[in-house]
Parts: sequence; structure tokens; C-alpha cells
Amino acid sequence: MTRRLPVLLVMTMLAGPALAFEHPAECQVAAQQVENIFALPHAGKAIEAKHLQILVLGAGSSLLPGGVGEAYPARLQRVLAEKLPGVDVKLATDVKPKRTAVEMVKGLPTSLAAVKPQLVIWQTGTADAIQSIDPDQFSQALDKGINTARSAGADVVFINQQYSPRTESMIALSTYSDTMRWVAVQQEVPLFDRFSVMKLWADLGTFDLYSATKKLDIAERVHDCIGRLLADLILGANKPNEPNAAGSR
Amino acid sequence: MVAPLAPVPTERDLRLDLFRGLALWLIFLDHIPSNAVSWITIRNYGFSDATEIFVFISGYTAAFVYGRAMQAHGFVVAAARVLKRAWQIYVAHVFLFAIYLAEISYVSQSFENPLYTEEMGVLDFMKNPDVTIMQALLLKFKPVNMDVLPLYIVLLLWFAPMLWLLLRSPSLALVTSAMIYSFMWAFDWNFPAYPNGSWAFNPFAWQLLFIFGAWCALGGAQRLQRWMNSPVIIGLAFAYLGFAFFITMTWYFPRLGAYVPRVVNDVIYPIDKTNLDVLRILHFVALAVITVYFVPSHWPALKSRVFWPAIVCGQHSLGIFCLGVFLSFAGHFVFTEVSNRVVTQVLVSALGIVVMVAAAALISWYRVIERQGTGPRPPAPKQGYAGGDA
Repeated sequence: MTRRLPVLLVMTMLAGPALAFEHPAECQVAAQQVENIFALPHAGKAIEAKHLQILVLGAGSSLLPGGVGEAYPARLQRVLAEKLPGVDVKLATDVKPKRTAVEMVKGLPTSLAAVKPQLVIWQTGTADAIQSIDPDQFSQALDKGINTARSAGADVVFINQQYSPRTESMIALSTYSDTMRWVAVQQEVPLFDRFSVMKLWADLGTFDLYSATKKLDIAERVHDCIGRLLADLILGANKPNEPNAAGSR
Repeated sequence: MVAPLAPVPTERDLRLDLFRGLALWLIFLDHIPSNAVSWITIRNYGFSDATEIFVFISGYTAAFVYGRAMQAHGFVVAAARVLKRAWQIYVAHVFLFAIYLAEISYVSQSFENPLYTEEMGVLDFMKNPDVTIMQALLLKFKPVNMDVLPLYIVLLLWFAPMLWLLLRSPSLALVTSAMIYSFMWAFDWNFPAYPNGSWAFNPFAWQLLFIFGAWCALGGAQRLQRWMNSPVIIGLAFAYLGFAFFITMTWYFPRLGAYVPRVVNDVIYPIDKTNLDVLRILHFVALAVITVYFVPSHWPALKSRVFWPAIVCGQHSLGIFCLGVFLSFAGHFVFTEVSNRVVTQVLVSALGIVVMVAAAALISWYRVIERQGTGPRPPAPKQGYAGGDA
């Protein structure tokens, strides 16, 4: 394996996954940041059965002031419905601002019982970092949430923190984003690396994330792209021949 | 009957200043939020980062400087000097905190963006500045990237009594330190933080690296010499660095994760920075073994102009560290208010390092003229350049 490593590294850096679907170019530039090697068996079966129910579990960064239809969950549902003709794609949200992972896990059984999803999209880690929750406690909450969702027949996809350049000198994210990455690897849960995706957009100048504005236009475009890239990750995870899926390269 | 004190080396090892200077540069680069240049820093290629280097070398030089003071003037004088140093660092920390408050007050004043309503919650602490500032003075409230100096203060407070033991029986001191590290893991010891949680750098854990540095200075390094030059150890060190590099790459390229067996993941994660995970210590030790092997202490290049900028920074570590924190605030300010293009990030990073070197050169110069100014000159110690701090 060690002899293959340099080759593998070069391949990884040069190749990038082939693009599953066409999206606006501004979204597409970050597509190679969205890599996943884990399958979503429950969601896959649900898609085969032509009925996919999704639950978005999240906090403030899963919302936009413009209303429910504007944020990435509703956009994800629209893209999935478009890409999966004939499949009934439903999406419910359990989203409230400023919630930590522990708080979200507490309410999770109720939401699972009410919605009966086959896929839980779990956005978390920001409130935990702001409140500097004990990293062990955060990590245990993640494990517990995954196990709760799985025993209710749902797969989990993590979404990590937003890249927020102005608050970077105030919120110490790294402990919490590292913890999410490690729990995701151990539990074999796909991680949508929202932080890296948004950081790339900022670095390339795709979206100006430094601007101080009340306007929603950039926020909506960012959420639109997140919804689209998230859809790619979900669809890729269930097509073993797609470059996003396990063991294809 | 007093046991003889452990020998303290008489000549300052320039490698310490060199690598501490480099660590200070890396810490500066890592501390500027969203800095593209921070991709070159070692934390992206393995488990440990510049903090380990800084803490270890600080322990080493503390033993070197205060060990000599204890031999010359006795324990009480040496301990008093250590405490004075801790006080200086406290003052420096409070000074930086004031600058931090000024920076974020300015940056957050104009901050409004519908994308970031959640993140703006972090500014809640500014609603009650009375409590926040009090907690900061108690070292319980520590903003992002301001964890190192409070750690350093606690390490020095602990070092004052440990110095006595270190000079009498370095190995017993090291064992004591390792026991505290183990108790920390067994009983979850840490210092409380405000508003909740605990210190991001657990002093009960990080003291091990500091005391290990001091132990190496007081003869430990010589005792390890025989092992450190063995091809087996060098090979193991390289193998471990390779392993850490590969694991780190799986964080950025998840596809590589398919080549890591499950059992490895179960064993290594989480790699705890707060409590100085054993994997991090091993990574630092592996780096140190390889560095010591390839950079001998009397390497002539150490006295060349090429390494002078880093060495002079390493010799005035407290001042340069604080300056680095200040410059990282300033860098973040430039990114937010002026430009955040990659070109700007490279320029700001390079300029920051130039300013750090210039400041260090200035401090050296002050040392020289101060020494000349105060009557009869004290005997100049055998050191490289203009000497240096603990």
C-alpha cells in the first residue's frame, strides 16, 4: 500500500470526481470538495421503492430569514425530485437556531417517530463551538444521534459548520469540525464538508462571504449550491458506479 | 549533606532558538484566520503542530536559564525570577486581550449578513463586558487563539517548585510529571473556563512536554543520545511520520480513507489536542529525533545569515509571540476590511514575518545598549548573538 501512496495522492489531487450532474458553474467549482466513500443503504432502498422521506435536523445555519423555501433543505428536495423522476421525495425539518448537538439529540426520537425518515441530514457543531461544549460530550452526542437514527431505519449525513470569515477570530471551530470528521469516519457516515466548500468559494471569489449586507441574494445562491451539491452526495452514495461512491477508484 | 545539582549546559544550543523561531512563525501563520498560507504549516501534515515545539523548547530553555540561576544564586532567587517571568506573561496576555476586544468590536460592528445569523450569537458575550473582562483577568475567558499564554503562565508557576526537584533529580521530576499526566487522563482533570467548558490547552497534560523539555536540558538529552542515533529509532520515526501524514491526508481526501482499516480508526480517534494525546507526543518526538539527527548542534550553518532571522525571533520568544498574536489580529482585520484575495494573504503573511524579525532584531539591539549603559559590564555569557530569554 505504501508504494501505491504517491500514485494515489497524485491521482486524488489531479483527478477529482467526475461530475455527476450539471449545476450552475458557481456551484460546480466546489464539487470536488464533496467526496464520500460511504453508502446510504436505507435511503437507497427507499429510492428503489419510489418513496424517499428525508429529515433535516439542524440549527440556525439551516435557515434563511426569507422563509423555509429559501434555505438549502427545500432546495435539496427540489433538486432530488428533479433528478429522481418517479420517486416521491418528501422532506421535513427539525430546525431551531442556537441548538447544540446534545439538544438536537434529545428531540430526535420524537422527530423520527413523527417523520419516519430513511435519511437524516444532520447539520451541527456551530452552537457547540460558540458555547465551547466539552468535546467529549459533543462526540458522544454525535454517536448517540447516529445510533438513534439508524435504529429507526434511517441513514445519516453530517453537515459541518459554515465558513464564516468575519467570526473566525471569535469562534474556535477546529476542535468541533475535527470531532465531526472523526465520528463520521468511525461510524461510516458521509460528511458534507460545508466549511471547505464555502472556504473555496470565498478564496476563488465565487461568493463574497466577507460582505456586510442585509440582502439575501448571495445567501440564497449559497444555499442553492449547498442544496445541489448535497443532492450529488446523496445520489452518488447510492450508485456504486458513480465516482462519488465507495471503492470506485 | 546536599546532593550535587544536575549539570546545566553552559552554552546555549542555537538549534533551540532556530526551531522556536520557526514555531513562532508557524503559530503566527496558523493564527491568522482563513489564511491560505497556513497550508504550509506542519499541522496539516501530521498530528502535532507548532504548539508542541514551542512548549518543549520553552521548557528546555527555562531549565537552561533558571537552572543556571539556581546554581549561581540558589533556589529562592531562581524561583523568584520564574515568578517574575510568569507575571510578565500575564501582563502581556491582558494587553493582548485589550487589543483583541478592540479588533472584534470593530469587525463585528459592521457585521450583518443573513447567512450568518447563527454565528453572530458569539457576540453575546459582549453584552455583559463586566463579567467577560473579569473572567478574562482570571484567565477563565480566553478568546480564540489566546490559549497559549495562559498555559505558559500556569506552566511557569508549576515550574518554580519543579525546578528544585529537576536540579536534584531530573528523572524523579520527569516521573512526577508523567504521573500527573496519567492522573489527568484517569480523573479528567482540567482547569475550568468561562462561560463553560475547560481550558483548550489542559495544563495538567501540557506540563509533561514542558518538564520533558527541561529534563532533556538537564542531561536527559545526553542520556537519550545513544538511542537517538540508532538506525532502528530513526526508521521508526520516519515510519510514524509517514503514517501520520497518510492519516492526515484522509481528512482532506476522504477517498483515501478506504485504505485505512477500521481497527486503526477505532484506536486512533479522537486525537485529543486539549489533553495532548499520546499520538501527538509521539509525532513531536519523531520530528525531534529526525531533526536532531540531521541538524547537529555545531552545524556551522547555524551561525550563518540564512538562519539568523528565525534564531533571533526564537531568542526573544515572549515578545515575538505576543507580536505574532497582535499581527494575526491585524491580518484578519486586513482580510475583512481591505481585501481577502490570496495575493493579499501571501503578502500579509510575509510582511508579518518581516515585522517579527525586525522587532526581534530591535530587542536584541536594546539588550546590547542596555548592557553597555549600566556601569561595569556583567560577564558576557557564552551565547550566540545577543543571548536570549527563557
